[in-house]
Amino acid sequence: MLRKGIALAALGLAFLGSPALAAHPKPVEREVAWSFDGPFGKFDTAQLQRGYKVYREVCSACHSMKYVSFRNLGEPGGPFYDPEYKNPNDNPYVKSLAKDIQVPDIDSDTGDAIQRPATPADRFPSPFPNEAAARASNGGALPPDLSVIAKAREGGPNYVYSVLTGYRNPPAGLTVAAGQHYNQSMNGDLTSAWTGDHHKVPPGGVIAMPPPLADGKVTFDDGKPSTVEEQAKDVSAFLYWAAEPKMVARKQFGLGAMIYLLIFTVLLYFSYRRIWRNVAH
Amino acid sequence: MSGHSTYEPKTGIERWLDTRLPIVRFTYDTVISFPTPKNLNYWWTFGGILALMLGIQLVTGIVLAMHYVPHVDHAFASVERIMRDVNYGWLIRYMHANGASMFFLAVYIHMIRNLYYGSYKAPREVLWILGCLIYLAMMATAFIGYVLPWGQMSFHGAVVITNLFGALPVIGTPITTWLWGGFAVDNPTLNRFFSLHYLLPFVIAGLVVLHIWALHVPGNNNPTGVNVKSESDTVPFHPYYTVKDGFGIGVFLLLYASFVFYNPNVLGHADNYIEANPLVTPAHIVPEWYFLPFYAILRAVPDKLGGVLLMFGAIATLFVLPWLDTSKVRSMRYRPTARLYFFIFVLAALVLGYCGGQLPDDPVIAQPSGLLLLDADINSFVWLSRVATLYFFAYFWIILPVLGLTEKPLPVPESISEPVLSHPATTPAGATASPEKRG
Repeated sequence: MLRKGIALAALGLAFLGSPALAAHPKPVEREVAWSFDGPFGKFDTAQLQRGYKVYREVCSACHSMKYVSFRNLGEPGGPFYDPEYKNPNDNPYVKSLAKDIQVPDIDSDTGDAIQRPATPADRFPSPFPNEAAARASNGGALPPDLSVIAKAREGGPNYVYSVLTGYRNPPAGLTVAAGQHYNQSMNGDLTSAWTGDHHKVPPGGVIAMPPPLADGKVTFDDGKPSTVEEQAKDVSAFLYWAAEPKMVARKQFGLGAMIYLLIFTVLLYFSYRRIWRNVAH
Repeated sequence: MSGHSTYEPKTGIERWLDTRLPIVRFTYDTVISFPTPKNLNYWWTFGGILALMLGIQLVTGIVLAMHYVPHVDHAFASVERIMRDVNYGWLIRYMHANGASMFFLAVYIHMIRNLYYGSYKAPREVLWILGCLIYLAMMATAFIGYVLPWGQMSFHGAVVITNLFGALPVIGTPITTWLWGGFAVDNPTLNRFFSLHYLLPFVIAGLVVLHIWALHVPGNNNPTGVNVKSESDTVPFHPYYTVKDGFGIGVFLLLYASFVFYNPNVLGHADNYIEANPLVTPAHIVPEWYFLPFYAILRAVPDKLGGVLLMFGAIATLFVLPWLDTSKVRSMRYRPTARLYFFIFVLAALVLGYCGGQLPDDPVIAQPSGLLLLDADINSFVWLSRVATLYFFAYFWIILPVLGLTEKPLPVPESISEPVLSHPATTPAGATASPEKRG
């Protein structure tokens, strides 16, 4: 038994062994205490509403969110959920938000390509008609779709937040090409652009997107001070909601499932003890 | 399935059916009255867990197939639709994705248990080989299934793995073209992968039937490794093992649920939430965790063909294992020397898995700059993989064959009932043991 224990401990140590020191430093990741952390975490509705405003007024100029519909905003867990309107398509607030946005359509009488106000059933319209147009308007870089961005990057919402707040003046010795910006949290390797001491390569990478946020750029309806920190935090939370809109339902279902399984397992354990009590084994 | 059947049809319809299709008798003999050694420990509950996982993967998979679109332009979007718009789609997909990992976790524990207790030895060689075939089919199914969401890791993983066959001389290129249905991983590849991903689980189910059949001829091995000598060594499968397996399944489901509900993406890779783009290659292509040991073996060899052959050789070795182990003693409980080598083997397999997830040239031991403790070339994951790979093969091809002839095993008990039992009965031996019939 002791020998078994030692062997298992050795296996555990093998797993916990310190990760290798990479040749270049890791990007700076700043962690935020999110309201949706942990098994009981929920979205902060006010934060999602502010985050939606940041996306709508800033990000949506270049970034699509093609898997998200306006109706999603009014679904349970979403920023504009109203229990009075079980069908989010009837939610007047969602309707009015959608109505302000023009979406492309085909006129059913003439067949002409037209623009019309969106309805809750519409997807968020994309800012560019195709990838070539998006690249042409952004100095050759393609702004990624943001529907699942908070799941598509290691670090999730912390990564999004860190990049949005990670713009710094490039340290002396770092060559940053025109149209690029140094960001201490961007995934990348700056070794080749660094002319200084090769043991002190700066963390992070370069990003084509100029710093998108600025103090006071968005006016929050709830009176929250509109700092870059706050905007970045709120839009990261909103993007995490967009990537994982069923998170609240998942955790609630999970609580019931865990309790059920726990009771079931305990009952099985005592049944097992009872059934086996007369058998030497 | 073998030996004397104790089934007695009790109703008219059972008697009628029994003389035409004895399916009730078959079920009774298989899962009710089947005599099972009474000393099986919790390592034996993984067979039942695996059967359940296969069932969960089949049911969730069939529902997912109702909503999934196997086309390069729609696959990624259809998965997002499942996550957002299909009722409980998030639950079904997360159960399926994490279910694959849980399935592999259980199968690895099941295999390790076999290695420790010598369950592959005569007369259970065919049972073991059928298990290896199930494992092989599982690996094919899991790899193909990972391609279907058509994310970046799906696509580039498919490119890497299918290209492995290209390393084979002469037949390599025709095989890859045939696998792809074209000259690159593209829509025909996705289509056939979807078709095969739906087919293979039923092949696995068929193999499982054969596996259980082959189990029921010699019966279960047990922790002592000695054969069942008399009826007093066994208990009927039901209720004794249905309840014990049930408890094991309950604990396993708690672990599974904690992933599905609270950490659904922790075992996956973030890049797979980026739609596949053949023009952008991810910086670091890694397979799912359950393939990492094989990935490490592949990369341990500098030559591509050599790496491919060694990787497939690692799986092929398992098939011939019953004839490599020369020891007459099944259980490592009575083989202290072999047991030591066995634990090093488990460690080597875990080290391989860890190395498979790292960049090959990264140093294993971080050292302060300017101070060179180990040669930079030797202090790398590729070298650690080489050492572990060497041990992996040496364990099967050198240690097990030699040890069986040279070691001095401990005395083996006469029967299952003879060794000091860890859990004596709580009522006197004279009392009849049929608690299932009492209140």
